[in-house]
Amino acid sequence: MTRSISGFQFGLPLAVQRATAAGLLAAVLAIPALSGLTAAPAMAQETPVKGGVLNSIVQPEPPTLMLGLNQQGPTQTVAGKIYQGLLTYDQKLNPLPSLAKSWTVSPDGLTYTFKLFENVTWHDGKPFTAKDVVFSASKFLMEVHPRARAVFARCESITAPDELTVEFKLKEPFPAFLQSFEVSSAPIVPAHLYEGTDFRANPANATPIGTGPFKLKEWVKGSHIQLVRNEAYYKAGLPYLDGITFRVIPDAASRSLALESGQVQQTQYSDVEPFEVPRLKTLANLELSTKGYEFVAPMSWLEINHRVKPLDDKRFRKAIAYAIDRKFIRDKIWFGLGRVPTGPINSVVKFYDPKVTTYEPNIEKAKALLDEMGLKPDAKGVRATVKIMPMPYGETWTRLGEYLKQALGKAGIAVTLESTDAAGWSQRVANWDYEITTNFLYQYGDPALGVARTYISDNIRKGVLFTNTMGYSNPKVDALFASAAREIDPAKRQADYSEVQQILADELPVVWLLEMEFPTFLDKRVRNANKTAIGVNDTYEDVWLAAK
Amino acid sequence: MLGFAHLFASRLVKALAILIAIVVMNFFLVHAAPGDPAMVMAGEAGAADEKFVEQLRQQFGLDRPLHEQLATYVGKIAQGDLGFSYRQQRPVWDILAERLPATLILTLTAFLLALAAGVALGTLAAITVGTWADSAITVVALLAYATPIYWIGLMMSLLFSIQLGWLPAFGYETIGAGYTGLAHAADVAAHLILPVITLALFYMAGYARLTRASMLEVRGQDFVKTAKAKGLSQSHIVTRHVLRNAILPVITVAGIQAGQLVGGSILIETVFAWPGIGRLAFEAVLQRDYQVLLGIFLVTSVMVILFNILTDILYGLVDPRIQAAR
Repeated sequence: MTRSISGFQFGLPLAVQRATAAGLLAAVLAIPALSGLTAAPAMAQETPVKGGVLNSIVQPEPPTLMLGLNQQGPTQTVAGKIYQGLLTYDQKLNPLPSLAKSWTVSPDGLTYTFKLFENVTWHDGKPFTAKDVVFSASKFLMEVHPRARAVFARCESITAPDELTVEFKLKEPFPAFLQSFEVSSAPIVPAHLYEGTDFRANPANATPIGTGPFKLKEWVKGSHIQLVRNEAYYKAGLPYLDGITFRVIPDAASRSLALESGQVQQTQYSDVEPFEVPRLKTLANLELSTKGYEFVAPMSWLEINHRVKPLDDKRFRKAIAYAIDRKFIRDKIWFGLGRVPTGPINSVVKFYDPKVTTYEPNIEKAKALLDEMGLKPDAKGVRATVKIMPMPYGETWTRLGEYLKQALGKAGIAVTLESTDAAGWSQRVANWDYEITTNFLYQYGDPALGVARTYISDNIRKGVLFTNTMGYSNPKVDALFASAAREIDPAKRQADYSEVQQILADELPVVWLLEMEFPTFLDKRVRNANKTAIGVNDTYEDVWLAAK
Repeated sequence: MLGFAHLFASRLVKALAILIAIVVMNFFLVHAAPGDPAMVMAGEAGAADEKFVEQLRQQFGLDRPLHEQLATYVGKIAQGDLGFSYRQQRPVWDILAERLPATLILTLTAFLLALAAGVALGTLAAITVGTWADSAITVVALLAYATPIYWIGLMMSLLFSIQLGWLPAFGYETIGAGYTGLAHAADVAAHLILPVITLALFYMAGYARLTRASMLEVRGQDFVKTAKAKGLSQSHIVTRHVLRNAILPVITVAGIQAGQLVGGSILIETVFAWPGIGRLAFEAVLQRDYQVLLGIFLVTSVMVILFNILTDILYGLVDPRIQAAR
């Protein structure tokens, strides 16, 4: 099976280009529905206007904008306009052109060939070629980018047959490879500035040079980051905006005020606290969307340390699952943002299967399971005591901790809440020094990239965050994730992933709480924003501002 | 005058010893907190492996034994080098220098305003004690002191920026306006009004109450009666006799608060998105950016020590008996 997508032609209006690319994709990959790209028809008829500055928020302020070195959320949102990856993805997670205009995968699933756009230049005027891609993937990212390192380590060779072609040869098939080229997963960096240098100490890190539609003009630390149009951008007539300004606003209430007063026209991720969302979405000038986070597809859960008794017993974990009401959590703590999960894979990610054991709130079942374990209530009604350390990521997580204390208390599980800060939390979770904590991880478009890492026993690594910190181990689960990762037949892959979802939903290595959604608020004047699976982190090359 | 120079020199020597102790203590204090900058950055990245954390630790010098790190740090401080923030990839002094002006312009303006208004209101309350004016001042001062400072900030911002649209809600300057000279100064001043008033209200309340109480106490003393008996004018008695004696506790408190000018405005800086050093300190704590944090501690300590010396000198000027007593 050879998949080939020939992408953009110049001269066509962008909306048509997008539609063409989308149409081809749909035809070649036989995908029935496409969302997001074919936006509201009324908007498609409007003629884009050049000019204007989009104001948004960057919070917390990133330490650097060199995306290869730092993939913190805010860095991605800003630097995603400066740097580019080879691909981006639609909201069904199908690849779309970015620096690569087309690509093919060999039938054996071992060779990935990308054709690059012509006439692309770096912000310093030097030409962009296949050499930059080879350098980024084989040297730069291998050295500094943990996620990219795990992916490109699977390559036997990364070569440039000519100036505009890059060929990745894999050691064994890894179909998730095609999901690994979005701008934060594999940002392409300029070889001429970094080759042969100490990447982390390179002075060029202070003045990021990318290929994207916007260039860094000014960064006043603590105040704002100002991006301006890249006049030499390789797509004629783009970008539409003169610039984008990101303001650093540390206080959540002040961020909501900024949005309300129109001083910013866009907020993303955790800029606005969930409890502000119901109020802000009623404002006439704003549009709320929870799309554009399909690539990260965050899944939150109760992370349970299996080294602590009685947490190692799956009956105890099931009792926890029955004792909590996840719909309540979604509706009352996250104010309706998110979906109740069924298993380990977020429902917007490929290979999600809903046919698994589910846990409706049922306090009697919870008590029965605890009885079965011999955990009888004492005089105060307490059967067991656990320590929960909520994630120190803002008020919402603290409230979740308080709810868990109440809910588990009703089943006779007494909860001691532990408080910590981000550094302390990271330290303790990475070193397995916790009983239960809340956590959320991104799934990066494919179970092999963002889901397996939490459950496979190879990934029990002390001192490293976002690994299998629970210490869960099941050889069958390991084998299924391994075979699914190499399987090029989508049907067989689905079978593997379905089975692993059933096992995990029964054994509950963690208790999934919420498929998280982030609110993106956009002023109604903003057009074409937030159309892909990386939403606000995309280039914004064709975003424009309608007249007031 | 010789006595003054001697006093100053001995204070400086003591200050130096205190400073060294502070540097060492702070060093151990920040390292005692759980977690380190490498772990924080791994957490922010959303993905990590052994190599990532190890590389960062190596780069930050965190793989060295603690005493070695301390020796390196103290050595650098002795040479006037505040170190290097690996997180931000810049020398600490550059980072501080960039943030200090914004904080100082905010806190100094607020401090001077608070002091002037506080002493004036306190004096007014004292001389009109028992009347409606006194009650009004006392109530306002109490309210300003008791209301959370960030709440006042948010309410002012709601009223004057969102509702009335008179003043900018936050920030230090209009971004991208490209003002220079006087226009720039006016722009910054407009942004300064709300945070300064919010911060000044809180301090002012303290000064007003202190001045009032202290004035009332001095007013009842014999020398004031004597002055009255001499037939001196009311204003002369208030300014030369009562206020001058009553001002000492105010100077003491002002001296302490002046020392906190650098780090004492975190809440205001946060609410108004003011790019100052208080926020930098707060973020440095969360991010375990040791070098930046130590740098801020050092600058703050120096400020506290300097203002203490200044306060002592000021005592002597206001009340010559204090210097004679030394």
